[in-house]
Amino acid sequence: MKFASQIINGLSLGSIYALVALGYNMVYGIVGLINFAHGDIIMVGGYMVYVAMVVAGAPLWVAVLASILVCAFTGIFIQQVAYQRLLNSGAPRISLLITAIGASIFLQNLFQMLFSSSGKSMPSMITGAPLNIGSLQISRVTMVTIAVSVLLMAGLQLVVKKTRIGKAMRATSEDAGAAVLMGINTKRTIVFTFGLGSALAAVGSVLYSSAYPLITPYMGGMLGLKAFVAAVLGGIGSLPGAMLGGYLIAVSESLTKAFGLSKLTDAVVFGILIVILLVRPAGLLGKNTKEKV
Amino acid sequence: MKKFVCCALAAAMAMSMVACGGASSSAPAASAAGSSAAATGDTVKVGVLGPLTGAVSVYGINVTNGAKMAAEDVNAKGGVLGKQVEVVLYDEKGDETEAVNAYNKMVDNDKVVALIGDVTTTPTLAVAQASQETGLPMITASASAQAVTETGENVFRACFIDPYQGELMAKYAAEKLGAKTYAVLYDDTNDYSLGVAEVFQETADAAGMTAASVQTYQSGTPDFKSQLTEIKAANPDVLFIPVYYEDLALITVQAKEMGISAKLMGADGWDGVLGKLDDSNKDAVNGAYYCSQYAPDSTDPAVQDFIKRYTDANGEAPNMFALLGYDAMRMMLQSIEDACSTDSAAIVEAMTKLEYEGLTGNMTFDENRNPVKSAVILTFENGTTKFVENFG
Repeated sequence: MKFASQIINGLSLGSIYALVALGYNMVYGIVGLINFAHGDIIMVGGYMVYVAMVVAGAPLWVAVLASILVCAFTGIFIQQVAYQRLLNSGAPRISLLITAIGASIFLQNLFQMLFSSSGKSMPSMITGAPLNIGSLQISRVTMVTIAVSVLLMAGLQLVVKKTRIGKAMRATSEDAGAAVLMGINTKRTIVFTFGLGSALAAVGSVLYSSAYPLITPYMGGMLGLKAFVAAVLGGIGSLPGAMLGGYLIAVSESLTKAFGLSKLTDAVVFGILIVILLVRPAGLLGKNTKEKV
Repeated sequence: MKKFVCCALAAAMAMSMVACGGASSSAPAASAAGSSAAATGDTVKVGVLGPLTGAVSVYGINVTNGAKMAAEDVNAKGGVLGKQVEVVLYDEKGDETEAVNAYNKMVDNDKVVALIGDVTTTPTLAVAQASQETGLPMITASASAQAVTETGENVFRACFIDPYQGELMAKYAAEKLGAKTYAVLYDDTNDYSLGVAEVFQETADAAGMTAASVQTYQSGTPDFKSQLTEIKAANPDVLFIPVYYEDLALITVQAKEMGISAKLMGADGWDGVLGKLDDSNKDAVNGAYYCSQYAPDSTDPAVQDFIKRYTDANGEAPNMFALLGYDAMRMMLQSIEDACSTDSAAIVEAMTKLEYEGLTGNMTFDENRNPVKSAVILTFENGTTKFVENFG
């Protein structure tokens, strides 16, 4: 039973990793940019929930909505201000990467200035009796976290596969130049992708700050990095891969701690990354496409 | 009971005064000594050193005010060795060089017989080093680093050191809570957390308790569910969590969510945890126990009397440091009285044998010149901190 509980602990955290990893994946798939500011979008989402619920006293649904809107706006704003010109001018990838790191540090410092570096406590958002299956107990937060993220990922899969904008996203991802020739507004598609990824991160932040109710300006750093590892592990560019990667990373973390090796947790996570990159550079579910020259 | 002990102590002091009077050839009788000393203007000079200005002045001001009050109290009852106590106060501005300079002035110009100070760890270490030359008896009210009293045989302290809290809480779990099994969750990258946890385990094992689960984490992670799952499965009577309040807030909320029934226990790093818990989560720490050196709502009448007198005299309420400063001065003066002399070696000798009942607990000194004393046990009730008892 203890083992089953540890797996569920992993699935719960893994759901959040997966939601964040999706954002990395979509953006990387479309513009080939590893958006390191993505982890900090979660932090922005967390503070929006804090402002809405604790400072303004709004109900949960308003807070969630506000958080989604602000995160989507922030994601798009960063794309417009920081990345757009670099993308248009065909700047080298390293410039984009460094700009992304800069955006990440900027967000952390901005929020440290606004809210101070000491942690802010979040109200408990998801309450209710836990589910008991035999001696296995699953808390309400865990259930909601897993359910919400699975639903969102299924919904995202539908959007990408079945809608016009999804088709445009896939086309831009495949070959942006050809997509333009086919009459697809790639600029709008890229903006949409940033917005959608950030909105998912906002939902992730609500779930995350509900499970771990103390937020700091730096909370996005390690979380973003782990989610990035999950994205690479699952196969960057593959949406089911992001899910799989998130679950695998979090479950292995949870089991490492359960065996009393908490010191090795990060070593295990990044060790997995190294092994996967050596054995299967495209990730578990990634397509092994050659870089176009 | 307390009153009785006080009376007994006073009687013992009076007796020792008589003894001193008999031993010394110059002063004929203890009762007469007071007036004759005052007549000649002879005083016992005790140095008090602390940061009265600068970033850490809040500690220094409290410690020195407390120490001055202690000297006044003793003077009101006749002083020590039949003489009045004269406080020689210096401001070291939180700087170790200033502290050593002030120390040298006290010894060379003012001829103090003992020192109450310093206040923070770094200057205290510097002064303790300087004091090795003459072996001047000194007691710091508040410097908690282990190395301070290791400097020399003449250096004592009034506050307890961090690991001592582990010992105290293990005893509390065994004796007062009747715990048979325990679990520990601590941050093994943090000296404070590690030190307190190790001493807790040693003491708990020695007291006959069994370790159900020992879990560690590294600061920076908000996720403790894996460790708490292990602890829950082990089902201990108490769960000891010697960590700082931000991590603690996250741990207790997750423990509540997982339905862990063990009594939660901690050390003074818990101060401030209520500020990191939203109102909807404050019940996560209900009924948990932790220790500290001082509780403003202590039911001890001596503490309440001190708080009132300090507030009247200084216009603001004292913090823990004021009580420690008071105790440090009282301990030093009592040792001088016990030693029947102002000779450094004799005072140090008397310090090691001292039994003192103070505001921050009853204390004696161990072989490392750290106090063995009682602590204040606190608990949480409906989102507020509450004094339970003195223990130890």
